[in-house]
Amino acid sequence: MKQTGAFLLFMMLAGVARLEAHAFLQQAKPGVGSTVQASPNEVKIRFTERIEPALSKIQVFAATGDEVDKRDAHLDRSDPAILIVSLPKLGIGTYKVVWRVVSSDTHVAEGNFTFHIRSAKNVRKS
Amino acid sequence: MKHLLLLSWLVCAAIQFGVASRVDGHGFAGARFFPATLSTEDPFTADELSLPTISTIRTSDDGGTRETDLSVEIAKRITPNFALAFGETFSALSPPDGETVSGFGNLELGAKYQILESDTHETIVSLGLEAEVGGTGSSSVDADSFSTWTPGILFGKGFGDLPEGVRFLKPFALTGMAGLAIPTSASTRSATIDEVSGARAVEFERNPDVLEWGFALEYSIPYLQSQVQDMHWHAPFDRLIPLVEFVLETPLNRGAGGQTTGTINPGVIWAGQHVQFGVETIIPINERTGNNVGVIAQLHFYLDDLFPHSLGRPLFGGKP
Repeated sequence: MKQTGAFLLFMMLAGVARLEAHAFLQQAKPGVGSTVQASPNEVKIRFTERIEPALSKIQVFAATGDEVDKRDAHLDRSDPAILIVSLPKLGIGTYKVVWRVVSSDTHVAEGNFTFHIRSAKNVRKS
Repeated sequence: MKHLLLLSWLVCAAIQFGVASRVDGHGFAGARFFPATLSTEDPFTADELSLPTISTIRTSDDGGTRETDLSVEIAKRITPNFALAFGETFSALSPPDGETVSGFGNLELGAKYQILESDTHETIVSLGLEAEVGGTGSSSVDADSFSTWTPGILFGKGFGDLPEGVRFLKPFALTGMAGLAIPTSASTRSATIDEVSGARAVEFERNPDVLEWGFALEYSIPYLQSQVQDMHWHAPFDRLIPLVEFVLETPLNRGAGGQTTGTINPGVIWAGQHVQFGVETIIPINERTGNNVGVIAQLHFYLDDLFPHSLGRPLFGGKP
């Protein structure tokens, strides 16, 4: 029983000491399923883990299926858990964000979500 | 010496594979994360440890014996798609008007091979084989003297490919299993002595083949918030997965055919980065199963996240 307790304690300590795991989406901007009034300049996703930038990407697609992001996915300079991709000016419509990231312990995670631009001013309609 | 060299080479190769390659972890199919369910077998291979799982319920035996179980299970991937598992349970039986007896149940071994994973459709299918090794447990807690083999099929399906019109149904997922428990002995005999008269009697018990089946319907708040709609729910609610499990057994022959027993277990799992905690209520589905409500709780460790470069990797192979 003592050995089991020691093993359990070791594992819990290991869990506390090693802050690596599967990366889950913690927060996105524009928000998951959100509606914004103007074209955002970028899509920014904060993950629960540090991300390997060379193996990670965010893509943004219009309803037509065309990729509309600037294909420059990169980490936030101050936080390696934040991945960013720049956007051109987008028109009214629904956009799908597709992400696939590799956390620093090599675990792969992926997901997607949509956001909507409802009444953007002075932008072309997509 | 030759064998030692070969073993060393294999270990080095395994470590090399482990370090150089990446592998998916526990319960993922695309964007879907399937938590480890408490009462039904999971459809995926994983490096995981359930320690402990505790359950208690008053059964219909002997006028209402309370059964309390404490169990442990560890699973280890040999390759990314093949895993072995070992489990053991310590049981305590407390009859209403008698002394509590306790002891270990039979050793449980399992093997699982994941035959399908579709990231697009959030689907996993596995084949499994479980063995309860007869005679390794204590007769005081009614551990069988014979072994039981249970081949089965397991599946998991996330609803993330539903159309946008019903997007709030996307966080739902269904996992399930069906297996045939085949005892190695069709019947068992045991000698008993009447306490009053002292007369000896021989009890004859038939051991039917049993269809073991069950499923779990779960709704993932993490999936809702990261894939469908950010509800701005924060810890601890942002990692909750409410679920209901159905755990059923239907004997098929030897005088017990069709007498289904089972429980419905509604509950919730909190899934963290390295561990998860789950608790469920155990509700018998019929009088044959019992009349009292029980509870089960489990602490579960994701070894692949705790030890991603060692214990948490498959021994051999991995996706490049």
